[in-house]
Amino acid sequence: MIVLEKRPQPSRFWSYATPVAAVLATMVFGGLLFAALGKNPAVAIGTIFWDPLFGEFAFYYRPQILVKGAPLVLIAIGLSLGFRAGIWNIGAEGQYIMGAIAGAGVGLAFYPLEAWYIFPLMVLGGALGGWAWAMIPAVLKVRFGTNEILVSLMLVYVAEQLLASMSLGLMRNPEGHGFPGSRNLQQYESAHNGELIAGSGMHWGVAAAFIAVIFAYVLLNRHMLGFHIRLTGEAPRAARFAGVRPSRLILFCLGVSGALAGLAGLFEVAGPAGQITIDFNIGYGFTAIIVAFLGRLHPVGILLAGGLMALTYIGGEIAQGNLGLPAAAIQVFQGMLLFFLLALDILTNYRIRPRKSEVA
Amino acid sequence: MKLTTLLTSAAMVLGLASGAMAQDKTKVGFIYVGPIGDGGYTYQHDQGRLAVEKHFGDKVETVYQESVPEGADAERAITQMALNGADLIFTTSFGFMDPTVAVAKKFPNVKFEHATGFKRADNLATYSARFYEGRTVMGTIAGRMTKTNKIGYIGAYPIPEVIRGINATYLAAKKVNPDVEFNIIWAYTWFDPAKEADAAKALLEQGADVILQHTDSTAPSAAAEKAGNVITFGQASDMAEYKPRPRVSSIIDNWAPYYIERVQKVMDGTWESGDYWGGIGSGMVEIGEITGLPEDVTKEAEAIRDQIASGALHPFAGPINKQDGTPWLAEGETASDADLLSMNFYVEGIKGEVPQ
Amino acid sequence: MDLSAINPVLLIASLMVAATPLLLAGIGELVVEKSGVLNLGVEGMMITGAISGFAIAVETGSPWLGFLAAAAGGALLSLLFVLLTQVALANQVASGLALTLFGLGLSALMGQGYVGIKPPQIGRLDIPVLSDMPVIGPILFGHDPILYLGIAIVAGVWALLKYTRAGLILRAVGESHDAAHALGYKVVRIRTLSILFGGACAGLGGAYISLVRVPQWTEGMTAGVGWIALALVVFASWKPWRVMLGAYLFGGITVLQLNLQAAGVAIPVEYLAMSPYLITILVLVILSKDKSSAPASLGRIFHASR
Repeated sequence: MIVLEKRPQPSRFWSYATPVAAVLATMVFGGLLFAALGKNPAVAIGTIFWDPLFGEFAFYYRPQILVKGAPLVLIAIGLSLGFRAGIWNIGAEGQYIMGAIAGAGVGLAFYPLEAWYIFPLMVLGGALGGWAWAMIPAVLKVRFGTNEILVSLMLVYVAEQLLASMSLGLMRNPEGHGFPGSRNLQQYESAHNGELIAGSGMHWGVAAAFIAVIFAYVLLNRHMLGFHIRLTGEAPRAARFAGVRPSRLILFCLGVSGALAGLAGLFEVAGPAGQITIDFNIGYGFTAIIVAFLGRLHPVGILLAGGLMALTYIGGEIAQGNLGLPAAAIQVFQGMLLFFLLALDILTNYRIRPRKSEVA
Repeated sequence: MKLTTLLTSAAMVLGLASGAMAQDKTKVGFIYVGPIGDGGYTYQHDQGRLAVEKHFGDKVETVYQESVPEGADAERAITQMALNGADLIFTTSFGFMDPTVAVAKKFPNVKFEHATGFKRADNLATYSARFYEGRTVMGTIAGRMTKTNKIGYIGAYPIPEVIRGINATYLAAKKVNPDVEFNIIWAYTWFDPAKEADAAKALLEQGADVILQHTDSTAPSAAAEKAGNVITFGQASDMAEYKPRPRVSSIIDNWAPYYIERVQKVMDGTWESGDYWGGIGSGMVEIGEITGLPEDVTKEAEAIRDQIASGALHPFAGPINKQDGTPWLAEGETASDADLLSMNFYVEGIKGEVPQ
Repeated sequence: MDLSAINPVLLIASLMVAATPLLLAGIGELVVEKSGVLNLGVEGMMITGAISGFAIAVETGSPWLGFLAAAAGGALLSLLFVLLTQVALANQVASGLALTLFGLGLSALMGQGYVGIKPPQIGRLDIPVLSDMPVIGPILFGHDPILYLGIAIVAGVWALLKYTRAGLILRAVGESHDAAHALGYKVVRIRTLSILFGGACAGLGGAYISLVRVPQWTEGMTAGVGWIALALVVFASWKPWRVMLGAYLFGGITVLQLNLQAAGVAIPVEYLAMSPYLITILVLVILSKDKSSAPASLGRIFHASR
């Protein structure tokens, strides 16, 4: 028999080694899966991990990794603050939708006026939309003590219905021949969140993601509030003695994560996606939760994890297109990667050793 | 800037490269909105792709990507195909319109075809099937066969394509049976088998004995089969597993002839942009084998089908009034494609409102 | 508008069918949560059960074996969750989400050969006399056996939690795993069994969709029922009979909305569709006064540090 023994401090070695080990393990098992589907495993793995970065068309895929990773990182950074303090916002998908609706709503309200202040107002609208949606679970938790996991999750479905209603009703493009979906903001200069440097994939959302990483790093390491967040997560009782006011912390953490998710939604709808449609949300809010954990709730870790997830998305698409791998196989592959990353994390915090004597 | 030029030049190099490759192999890409295993809409497009492969053999290479979300991901999927040397790319859902337009601009040497859209360019054509012609045949059968005079219709979303189908069905049914009534349910989803089945059940329980659907799964047929004495129609694909009843006929999207023709044109260098609407006459819309009906109804339905094919009968031929009684088409007038494209009203006689 | 077209008896009978997948998945998740574990992978386990059950039913020709396989398939997938959360002590929220992602992909791969096939049918329970009675016949005695099995599981879970020692231990583990551990209960073992039970129930619920309610196999056919099941457990405030009530209410709103549309009533579909979630939030707020309802250790990681 073996037993787990909690390390006094997380192992530095393993915290770097586990992600690598997890990726390697996924390559082995994923390779077996691809082989079972009749594809050359080495080629498939190479396509997923190598081609987007160094393949023939990497000049196109590298920027796309930024485009795909930015919303994940932006949302995950916000979530990680709360997760560290034991505040579980899992409704980022809903806040993402509401940010997009609010931000796009501001832009569409100005159409067809062209002015410099429209985009900043939309950004504000997006952040406010996400923030307001996150305030619902926050206020309910502070006021009534309701479980924020469940309330925020419920609100995702409410937001999805609102999105459908907007696409078919209020925001429907009057020149769209009756099809659902709003005007395309990419064709509305003042509202378009275009690339800052053409061909680089850098749009304001990517910039915001990097800023958020720095902001979170500074907050957690240099600021009293960051200390309170960490303390609350690690030792709630000590936190209370240290003068942390839990309700303020709840409002802050949920508010920030909601606002960041809302921003991600706004940047997406005004940039890469272009319009409010029924299927606008594609799960960034949920994937970001996984990204937050893969990054060990550390800002830099989240940046890397977001990049890794984006890489498997892009690489997976290439594998589908070039090798004819079914979309489902890519999903299974991603699932495996997450399993291994989550499972191997135990080595960071625990020591595995043979059981010596009988447990009392 | 520098990177833009890089991208464009790369695209041009590729255009040249694929032009050179075209001598031995033409590469054709397909972007699907659903999984190829949906048994309906995407499945039929994929059948078209397989037909292209079969027809041209070694001369073509096809690639596809399934379950592509509309929006940014679609743009990337299309770009990826163009980068990898596709000569012709079919994007098979309305939601891919703007992404296709954007990518087409970047790859002037690649040909694009977008289904059911209305934005075109020199290297971007649109195509669409006149499903509503098939609806006229279904409506005739429905009107003849219903005993309760209640016909159930499951629509996905209140958009012109679906409303067009409802109107065509109603007009045809009403012609042979003035007492028919339509019960319409909007499922607010293209694909949710459980909900579609529940919708079919709700219609059956309220006395409908004919169910038509404009959603993508075969669930309504499955539900009807359980209920017994009810008829349904295959949508998008033949849904032959429910023959001879409850499925008595079907509207099949047969994309194969169009795909083969367009690939051939790319090979010959004669491809041109345009807007192509194919109906029963051109074979893009096929009426599946009629089964399990009395002989006279079968004959009548087949006659309608042939008249539409030959152009003798138009599904929307005046006089037709809108639901509120205002005239839409006068005697001898037929609906224009522009009218059909943006149809957002019921014709006179249908009860209820189009949700806005 | 013709409301008289809606036959209330048939309406109730069909909402019972529509609610059964939700009921099965919900009661399973209730037991999981009672043991202090939050498994967000219900959707993944349901869809895996749906294809496992469908494939085996088609291959063997027996829907019964199909349902058995569905329960096994769901439980097998939940075993991955056990390994992650109970052995490797990974975060439950992330593990559950990963489980759903994996399950959706896996089921689509498994189901590639099963599109467009009709499964063998499970017969209705046909009790002479009783099934033919007006009103209560179709509502109470005209269904397939799995529907009754679902209700029986609810009753079983209720009795287990309320009257048995095993139920007491389960609740103790969910309330305070440290205290339960100090008393000598095997926390991990009890939670493992609960998670497996939850997986099996979710699998059955999935197979009910693919084998009875629709019946056919299509990719992604559970279409979010697993997520509603999570809401349902909260709505029910972790009480078995309320899970059943809630399932009928949630299932009922969908069926009712379709029926109202069929009868020609113009209703704002999106707003009706969001009502179950809003009601659930309201219930949460009302319940918040009663601090005893949610298991206190829900979602927390347990490690026996001796």
